[in-house]
Amino acid sequence: MEKLREVQGSIVAIPVNDIDTDQIIPARFLKVTDKAGLGKAAFCDWRYLDDGKSPNPEFVLNQPEYQAASVLVAGNNFGCGSSREHAPWALLGAGFKAVISTEFADIFRNNALKNGLLPVIVDHDTQQQLFSLAQEDPSTTVAIDVEEQTLSMPDGRRVDFPLDGFSKYCLLNGVDQLGYLLALEDEVSAFEAENPQRVVTTA
Amino acid sequence: MTSNGKAQTLFEKVWDSHIVREQSEDTPAVLYIDLHLVHEVTSPQAFAMLRERGLTVRKPQQTIGTMDHSTPTTPRDAAGIIPVADAMAAKQLDTFSKNCADFGIPMYALGDEHQGIVHVIGPEKGLTQPGMTIVCGDSHTSTHGAFGALAFGIGTSEVGHVLASQTLLQNKPKTMAITIDGKLGAGVTAKDIILAVIARIGIGGGTGHVFEYRGEAIRGLSMEGRMTVCNMSIEGGARAGMVAPDDTTFDYIHGRAHAPKGADWDDALARWRQLPTDDGAAYDKEISIRADELLPMITYGTNPGMGMPITGAVPSPAEESDYNKRIALDKALAYMELAPGQELLGKAIDVVFIGSCTNSRISDLRQAAQFIAGRKVADSVRMMVVPGSQQVKKQAESEGLHEIFRAAGAEWREAGCSMCIAMNGDQLQPGEYAVSTSNRNFEGRQGKGGRTFLASPLTAAASAVAGVVADPRPLMAAQN
Repeated sequence: MEKLREVQGSIVAIPVNDIDTDQIIPARFLKVTDKAGLGKAAFCDWRYLDDGKSPNPEFVLNQPEYQAASVLVAGNNFGCGSSREHAPWALLGAGFKAVISTEFADIFRNNALKNGLLPVIVDHDTQQQLFSLAQEDPSTTVAIDVEEQTLSMPDGRRVDFPLDGFSKYCLLNGVDQLGYLLALEDEVSAFEAENPQRVVTTA
Repeated sequence: MTSNGKAQTLFEKVWDSHIVREQSEDTPAVLYIDLHLVHEVTSPQAFAMLRERGLTVRKPQQTIGTMDHSTPTTPRDAAGIIPVADAMAAKQLDTFSKNCADFGIPMYALGDEHQGIVHVIGPEKGLTQPGMTIVCGDSHTSTHGAFGALAFGIGTSEVGHVLASQTLLQNKPKTMAITIDGKLGAGVTAKDIILAVIARIGIGGGTGHVFEYRGEAIRGLSMEGRMTVCNMSIEGGARAGMVAPDDTTFDYIHGRAHAPKGADWDDALARWRQLPTDDGAAYDKEISIRADELLPMITYGTNPGMGMPITGAVPSPAEESDYNKRIALDKALAYMELAPGQELLGKAIDVVFIGSCTNSRISDLRQAAQFIAGRKVADSVRMMVVPGSQQVKKQAESEGLHEIFRAAGAEWREAGCSMCIAMNGDQLQPGEYAVSTSNRNFEGRQGKGGRTFLASPLTAAASAVAGVVADPRPLMAAQN
């Protein structure tokens, strides 16, 4: 994972509540064995017309003025549904570095953080303000500071967002969490010595 | 109760007994994982990571694999093989076989007599036991909570963490008690309970929480019914849902292949009996629902929270005061091509799907078969019955259920996730309406442009016969 200290970029809004992972990337794209090339499948069924090929001109991500956007502003409860990590892989592949919403589904949020896609939780009014700004002026940019845990709005207002300390450390330093777990070998072995194995799948 | 006398919930007992390192200000808790279930779709990138870093699987003997998501459910060929027509799916399945073989993980391949949906085979083989921590790269891992296990879905990075370390970093979730008191009426099932719960709390209502289902109606459910309820916890936003283990649980586990035997059984039973929530233990949230007030449920919209009693009418966006909810409802009704105020009873349908990790177990198939026996699937309807595992299929065939379904005009398929996820050839065509026993009615979930009404196996069977969305209760009364 690369270091992520700040995200500065223009915003695009999909003001829809409860965007589920089947919309972020439909299941038929999950037959892959790697992470590459999933960006083109992001929001596929909203992005293309019924033929699956022609871009839907109505859909905001197809509009020329939003092509440079790297921050997605979404409705409440973004990323609900399946555990597929293909969802953050697809969003990153489509050029997004952060998603702003009032609430994220638990598994999506975990998956996003492990891949350097920043989930930014804001209050309802900030979300609505961003929806309006994105619609009125596609060149609207925001700055998100990971260290400070702040989102800087175009009017200069700074909005705090929550981020657990460990995820923050991993983002700032570009390290993943597995190294931490592997370093606990002695503690894990001690746990195993005290707690008999519950099932043996190989038996 | 703990040694210090503090009353604890079922969740807290299981959580506390799996802490390798306590949560601190800087780091989440490190939780030990007793059982890791893996399948072909969410594991390849995790195995690739192990290879890149030269890591091994720490506990292959606490890991088990099965093929389910991208597998076809079409009939076997003359040699008894289930052919995989899709080249990408075939490659994914081959990759999975190689990964499991290379890392020493036991695995049930497509067509094997023990293969099936990951959340069906765990309990079936007695691997799912009370008090365990169970994870899988699949959000419906919550199913296993029916046994009083803490079971939840994880992403592929976390699959890699568990493979390599047998542990996970987790922030402690909150708890929510969902009490279902009273008795269910005829024709009202476990599926109707959970659809009613989700309709009540909404699909984000449980975010950050672990559910514990309690009360007389939950105690009265079979293990398979409890699995149906816990399965859809994630549809209410909760990663896990649990039911305290009791004699129903123990009777189900006893004698299964991986269940403890002899003196180990007695030890396990003594441990398991300590798990139920102590009197006076507190939950962060509590709700309750009366079972006797529940009717068969059906969804009308594009998320599982958009559900109503089957006799109801589709709500009107104009009457929704919350702006965001109004927009969401508008969008859902446009996708579903339904009108505000419209009743769903009598709505023509194209497909009925009985299957998925929610409702593909033997009791689900028995219920549907009993209803459909002596009746015919309407000419306008394609009905697919997909058993959850090869063992369920075998049991159903030994009881002649497959003949009942076939005689009625339904398709009897091989085991797998099938049309619940529509990545294996089983899918709706654009514009089609289905009554489905699966768990998600998201846009395109069962095939691009397809429209899903989620319901119980009984409602699905009744609708298949009627050719329209139908309430099973009058037809059941006629049968008796």
